[in-house]
Amino acid sequence: MNETQSSGRGGAFDLSQFHSVFFEEAGDNLANMEMLLLSVDNTSADDETLNAIFRCAHSIKGGAATFGFQDVADLTHVMETLLDKLRRHELNVTRLMIDTLLESGDVLKQLLACRQQGVRADVDFAPLVTRIGDLTAGRVVVVDPPAGHAAVQAASKALHTEPLIELEIGPLDNPGAVDAIAELFTEIPGLGTIESMADVDHPDGPCKRLMVRSRSSDGDLFDLLSFHIARERIRIARKDAAPIAPAPVASAPKVAAPAAPAAAASDDFGFFGDPVSAPPAAAPVAASVAPMEPVAAAPAAAPAPMRRESDRSGGGVNLESSTIRVPIEKVDQLINLVGELVITQAMLAQNGRDLDPVAHQSMMVGLADLERSTRLLQESVMAIRMIPMAMVFNRFPRMLRDLASKLGKQVDLLTIGEDTELDKGLIEKITDPLTHLVRNAADHGIEPPAERLAAGKPAQGTVTLAASHSGGSIVIEVRDDGRGLNREKLLKKAIERGIPVHDQMTDQDVYGLIFEPGFSTAAEVTDISGRGVGMDVVKRNIVSLGGSVEIDSTLGRGMRVSVRLPLTLAIMDGMSVGVGHETYILPLASVVESIHLNDEDIKSVGGTGRVVEVRDSFLPIISVRELFDVRPERDGEGGIMIVVEAEGGRIALLVDELIGQHQVVVKNLESNYRKVPGVSGATILGDGRVSLILDVSWFVRRARH
Amino acid sequence: MKSDLGAIATGQRGDAREYLTFRLNDEEYGIDILKVQEIRGYEPPTKIANAPHFLKGVMDLRGVIVPIIDLRLKFNIGSAVYNEFTVVIILNFGNQVMGAVVDSVSDVLALPADQIRPPPHLDSFVDGNCITGLGALSDRLIILIEIERLLSVSEMALLEHV
Repeated sequence: MNETQSSGRGGAFDLSQFHSVFFEEAGDNLANMEMLLLSVDNTSADDETLNAIFRCAHSIKGGAATFGFQDVADLTHVMETLLDKLRRHELNVTRLMIDTLLESGDVLKQLLACRQQGVRADVDFAPLVTRIGDLTAGRVVVVDPPAGHAAVQAASKALHTEPLIELEIGPLDNPGAVDAIAELFTEIPGLGTIESMADVDHPDGPCKRLMVRSRSSDGDLFDLLSFHIARERIRIARKDAAPIAPAPVASAPKVAAPAAPAAAASDDFGFFGDPVSAPPAAAPVAASVAPMEPVAAAPAAAPAPMRRESDRSGGGVNLESSTIRVPIEKVDQLINLVGELVITQAMLAQNGRDLDPVAHQSMMVGLADLERSTRLLQESVMAIRMIPMAMVFNRFPRMLRDLASKLGKQVDLLTIGEDTELDKGLIEKITDPLTHLVRNAADHGIEPPAERLAAGKPAQGTVTLAASHSGGSIVIEVRDDGRGLNREKLLKKAIERGIPVHDQMTDQDVYGLIFEPGFSTAAEVTDISGRGVGMDVVKRNIVSLGGSVEIDSTLGRGMRVSVRLPLTLAIMDGMSVGVGHETYILPLASVVESIHLNDEDIKSVGGTGRVVEVRDSFLPIISVRELFDVRPERDGEGGIMIVVEAEGGRIALLVDELIGQHQVVVKNLESNYRKVPGVSGATILGDGRVSLILDVSWFVRRARH
Repeated sequence: MKSDLGAIATGQRGDAREYLTFRLNDEEYGIDILKVQEIRGYEPPTKIANAPHFLKGVMDLRGVIVPIIDLRLKFNIGSAVYNEFTVVIILNFGNQVMGAVVDSVSDVLALPADQIRPPPHLDSFVDGNCITGLGALSDRLIILIEIERLLSVSEMALLEHV
C-alpha cells in the first residue's frame, strides 16, 4: 500500500508543479464535503446533496490517483463505495455513517497535509476502512464496547482505561522521594494516577514499586521523575502492551503537544469505539505499527473526533495555501484598466512625438519610461490569466502510463496544440473534466492488446488530446482509436436504467446518454472508472462554463469527445486585414496562405459564383467587402486573397490589404450587444479602435450554400 | 477629439427624480440620470455589417465593447450630423452598457411627480411606447423616455431580420 509513497515526485514528468493545484482543489472538496455531510439530515437526505458529496470524494480520488497518492486514493475509494450505495438508495443514511465519513474526511485532511509537506503520512486508517467496509456491506457495526468482539474490547480498554505502567524506583536514598512523585500526579492534571505497591528487594537496597496509570510516554515519565530521582534508578515496565518506542519528543519537533504521545496498542484492534467518548487530549493510537519510526506518535491521532481541535495535534501539518484566490472580476477589472492605460499611453506617445526633443528632454524620458512600464504592466497582468494548454496536457502522460500498466494495455498519448492559450479560470475548471475524459478513453475506449490485434489494429492504442481555436470557441478534443461506443449496448443500458429511449433516436442523442448521472457501460466497477460518475460531472462542469460537449464515435474505430468552450478572454494570434476603412482580424490559425491576386485569376462559375485556382484546386472566393457591405475606399476590388481553412473546408477571402500580425485579446460582443453573424468577437487595437474578429467557420459555411 | 465630459453626479432631491436632458434637433428629451454612466465626445465607432441603420457600431469603453446607437436616426429627427458638439451618453441598464448619440446635452433637472403628465397616445410615432411621460417645466416640454425599452437586446435581434 505504501509502495507509491514517493512516486509523485519521481518519474519522467514533473508532476509536482500541479501538486499545489491538487492540494487546493482537494482542500476545497474536503471542506465542501464536510459542509454537505453536516447538512445531511439523516431522515431526508436529498439526492442532490448525496450526489454532490459523492462527487467530492470522487474528485479527490481521481486527483490522488493521478499523483500516486495511494493512501488518499484508497481511503476515498472505500468512502466512494459507501456513498455510491447511499446515493443509489441501496442503504439508508445513518448517524454512524455521517460520523464515519466526517472522520474519514479528517484523516484525509491529515494525509493530504503530510503529502503536501512531503513527510511520510503515519496515519493508520485501516480500522476506518474496515468500518466503512462494514457499513457499506450493511453489516451491523457495533460501537458499544461491551457488545463488541475481542478486538473492540481491546480497543476500548485502551480507550477507557489508561495504560498500566509499573514503576520500579530505587534503591532509594531518600524515601520521601516517593511521596514527592505521588504528589506530582495530583498536581499535574491529566497525568494519571499512582498507587503504591509492595516494596521489592534489590541487590543494592530496597526498591519501591508503583503502579501508574498514565497516557504519558516512557520518555515523559523519565523526564518527570528525574526531578526527584536519578534516571538510572528508574525502571519502567508496561503491563498491558508492548513497550513503546523511544520517546519521540526530541526526534519529532512537530509533535508538540505534550500529552500527545500515544500509548501502545495492538496493530489490528479493529476499530475505535464511539468517537465522542474518546479522550480529548490524545487519541490512543496504534503507534506500534512502526515501532522503529521516530515520528511515531502524534500525527497518528487518526480517528480524532470531528469538530475537535485534535486534528491540530499534528502541529503545522495542515493544508497550506501558497497562492491567493482572487475573484475573476477583480482580475478582469485590472485587465480593463490596464487596457485603458495602454491606450492613454499610446495617445501621449503620439502627441509627444511632435515635441521638440531638445526642449522637452525630461518629458521625452518620462514618456519612454511610461511606455516601458505600461508594456511590462500589461504583460504581467495578462500573464495572470493566460496559461497554455500544456499545463493541463502535461499531467496526462504520467496518468496514462500508470493507468495503462494497471489495465494491462498499451496506450500512447499524442498532444496537439499545447500552446493554445486559455484563460486561467477555464484551465482550472477544464482540468477535471479532461482528466475524466482521458481516463475514460484509456479505460473504456482502448481495448487490451490482444483484442486490438484481433481487430487488425496495432497493439498500442492512441489517445489524442488536441486543442485549437475555432470560431469563437476553444475546442479541446479527446480522441481514442479504441472500440468506440456501441449504440445497441447504450440503448439496452438505458432501458435497464429506466431512461426513456426509442430506436429512432439519432446517434448523437444515443451517445449523449453516457452523460446521464449513474450511467456506465462498464461491466465492473474499477477504481479507475466505471461508476458512471465521470461523464455527468464532465458535462455539468462544461455546461457551467457556457460550453458544450459532443461525442462522435465509430464502432470499432474509436471515439471523439469534443469540448467546446467560449472564448471569454483568450489571447489569439491574429492577422489584421484592411477592407475599405475597416480593419478586421483573422485568426492566424485558420490562415493558410495569402496570395496577391490578378483579375485574370478569377474565374466565374454559373454567372455569379467566383473561384480561383490555387495549387490545383479551385476555391470559392468570398468578398469581405460585399458580405459586410463596406464602403470602398477606392475603385476596384482589393488585390489580396487570403486562403483560410475551417471545418475542413477552404475558401479564399478577398480583402484590400494585409496589415500585419498581432496578438489580440478577444472580447465578446454579446455582453452588451448580441452575436453578429460572421463575427466571433472583437478586439481593441493599439489606437483604441475596435476591430472585429472574423468567424472563419461562418464564411466557410456560407460558401457551401 | 476625445472630450470626456466626465460622469455626472447622481442623486435625488425629495421625491423629485432627476433627469438628464438632451436635445435631438428642436426637441428636448429626458432620461433617468441614474442610468447615465458618463458622457463622452463622439468618435466614429467600428461599423458592424448588416446592422440596423441607427446602430453606428461598437466602441471600446475601457475594455468593454459598447454598441453605439444614434437616437436621431432611430427617431428620424433632424439630420445626423457629427460635429464637435455631438456627444454620446453612455447608459448603464444594470447589466448592459450602451451609448446613445444625441445633438447636445442640456442639463440635469429635478422633476417632481406632479409635474409629469402621462404620455399621449401617438400613432404616428413608431417608438411611442418608450415615452414614459411628458415633463412640463414653465415653457419647456421635456419628453421623458426609457431607452432600454427602445433598444432592448431582443428588439435589436428582431431588427436583424428587417
